[in-house]
Amino acid sequence: MKNDIVLAGVGGQGILSIAAAIGHAAVSSNLNIKQAEVHGMSQRGGDVQSHLRISDRPIASDLVPAGGADMIISVEPMEALRYLPMLSPEGWVVTSTTPFVNIPDYPPVEDVLAELRRLKRCVAIDADAIAKEAGSARASNIVMLGAASTFIDIPFERIEDGIRALFGRKGNEVVEMNLKALRAGREHSEKMR
Amino acid sequence: MSKQLFLGDEAIAQGAIDGGLSGVYAYPGTPSTEIMEYVQGSKQAAELGIHRQWSANEKTAMEAALGMSYAGKRSLVCFKHVGMNVAADSFVNAAVTGVNGGVVVVSADDPSMHSSQNEQDSRFYAKFAMIPILEPSNQQEAYDMMYTAFELSERVNTPVMLRITTRMAHSRSGVERKPTKPQRGVSLPDDPRQFVLLPAIARRNYRKLLAMQDVMVDASEHSPFNTYTDGPKHNMGIIATGIAHNYLMENYPNGCPHPVLKISQYPIPRKQVEQIYAACDSVLILEEGAPVIEELIRGYMNNGKPVHGRLDGTLPRDGELNPNLVARALGIERPEGQPIPDVVKMRPPSLCQGCGHRDVYEALNIALEPYGTGRVFADIGCYTLGALPPFNAINSCVDMGASITMAKGASDAGLTPAVAVIGDSTFTHSGMTGLLDAVNEGSSITVIISDNSTTGMTGGQQSSATGRIIDICKGIGVDPEHIKVITPLKKNLDENVRTIAEELKHNGVSVIIPQRECIQTASRKAKAAAK
Ligand SMILES: Cc1ncc(C[n+]2csc(CCOP(=O)(O)OP(=O)(O)O)c2C)c(N)n1
Ligand code: SF4
Repeated sequence: MKNDIVLAGVGGQGILSIAAAIGHAAVSSNLNIKQAEVHGMSQRGGDVQSHLRISDRPIASDLVPAGGADMIISVEPMEALRYLPMLSPEGWVVTSTTPFVNIPDYPPVEDVLAELRRLKRCVAIDADAIAKEAGSARASNIVMLGAASTFIDIPFERIEDGIRALFGRKGNEVVEMNLKALRAGREHSEKMR
Repeated sequence: MSKQLFLGDEAIAQGAIDGGLSGVYAYPGTPSTEIMEYVQGSKQAAELGIHRQWSANEKTAMEAALGMSYAGKRSLVCFKHVGMNVAADSFVNAAVTGVNGGVVVVSADDPSMHSSQNEQDSRFYAKFAMIPILEPSNQQEAYDMMYTAFELSERVNTPVMLRITTRMAHSRSGVERKPTKPQRGVSLPDDPRQFVLLPAIARRNYRKLLAMQDVMVDASEHSPFNTYTDGPKHNMGIIATGIAHNYLMENYPNGCPHPVLKISQYPIPRKQVEQIYAACDSVLILEEGAPVIEELIRGYMNNGKPVHGRLDGTLPRDGELNPNLVARALGIERPEGQPIPDVVKMRPPSLCQGCGHRDVYEALNIALEPYGTGRVFADIGCYTLGALPPFNAINSCVDMGASITMAKGASDAGLTPAVAVIGDSTFTHSGMTGLLDAVNEGSSITVIISDNSTTGMTGGQQSSATGRIIDICKGIGVDPEHIKVITPLKKNLDENVRTIAEELKHNGVSVIIPQRECIQTASRKAKAAAK
């Protein structure tokens, strides 16, 4: 088993929380994991990515080879497209359709969605709307994790445990709300596959 | 013990704690910052009474670590690669004094310059100082190296460099810990004059350092971190260092068919290098950063066996390696992804909405209108983003502290008014001495110390002189009449423009201190307080 994932988004959108939850799930499933993150600038608003590799065999490179990613998980539609050179010909794109517009030349959203529709394997969902429905607009990153979970070869319960580990300190209410967001994302993605 | 997920930086920090660390000294800098932050957050470190405060700059960090070593205890120094330049004086001389307690210097390189001004390779410094280098290829190795590095330092009687790169520092993977070793007690060096580098003593010490080189090579030849793996295809041998070894193995999931020498401890292990050179018709060298080993093996005349790498174009001369570049060097084809569609636009980082630096640049740009552009010397920090639209406000960013001194030089040349823009942490890091130069000569410069009470760029670490910047400027001798404190807010724009404009007219040193806390740091503090 091997899942090579590229996580994409804009600084402050919470892609590292997605990585941390999957990481926890992978470790508790006794899988090998390597996760390369880009830290650095504290300002919000630049594009950010993280490489996440999970395997039952030893993993050599911290970086996913270009053209080798099994999946791009993106919390922003234009950011999903930025990493297409990383995606394997058989890979999936799982992305939110809600644009994050913080640059003057952000393209028309319709053009971005049209590019996504041209992809062979793409699950594009309105993560913000689903998150709001589940109880918190701030959980759209967790909705995306839920949507992506159908493509990750780790039992779903382990990923739920990952959420519990990630938000446990913040109390039961926050955990339950995020679990709800996670499950809602998964349901939407199952419908779209 | 079971495995824990650690960033490379965290693995180093935990390895140091478990290796008998008594104090860590550091100045923040990507990608090294999380080492200190981990020790600061560690309950175990608190219980062990480990020193873990930020230093004013990398040089003061290196020297304090040497002092702790003098007193017999084990110390760790951490900074980013350009911090190595700042610490170089003490670093190089520490190789001559030698150590008492072990000293490990972590220098974090940033090939491809993800968040740096250059991509210098720290291994040059260690070679220059003639000390060993450890260069981990994964988080477990980083932990294991750090766990034993203090003993290596004590054995060879020099500091040891632990060289990492961005991918090592900021990549996470499972690490198995070992039992924590006790700290050393306070003890004076056996020779009371070991650290007195008077010429007569320095000459003796230096000869000891030279004699120690053979011991260091021997340590490398027997190091568990350097491994020789034979393979059937002797047309080419491969030398791979640190993280580059991972990219090699990524391309050969079932084992490399060529002989491979993995080097993770320097000086390079002579025996193994001779072995692979003799066994193969050519050598490919994979190293992250500059072609350090490649130049050594190839030699200036390049008249031995063919040596491939960054110098002959087999790999790019600059930038970090990755699995695909290494695949190409090996002649392996990989599937290609799709190109980036044209609709995708650049999304560069920018100053946060509501950041005080924004208001400073807005006011400065207006105040400078009568003089024309091209006279603002800035420095390193969040405010460097003033170089980008909509501000386009600055004309230089070179190294920490260079704003004030470059403005002085330009003013000396006749470019007046000349303006320096510097952050509070950068000012105390290495701006103060330059200001003294300007005060001593009465240079016609306007220095703006944009004081957000934090080290913003690297994540909001404590800034050395929060609340004391004004007093420092007075103490350095700036005329108090020309020290102006302003509050960078939209509503104060007109007033701030007036203040800056007035000081631009002053023929002498002016210091303007816009003071407003970084909004990211403020909100982090508020969150922490709410807990
Ligand atoms: C010699 C050196 N050390 C460390 C760094 C990393 N670094 C870049 S900016 C910065 C801090 C800047 O803080 P400050 O001057 O207060 O400005 P702010 O980012 O808060 O606006 C640091 C530590 C560097 N570039 N060079
Ligand atoms: S992190 Fe702080 S100093 Fe940096 S841009 Fe944001 S508000 Fe300004």
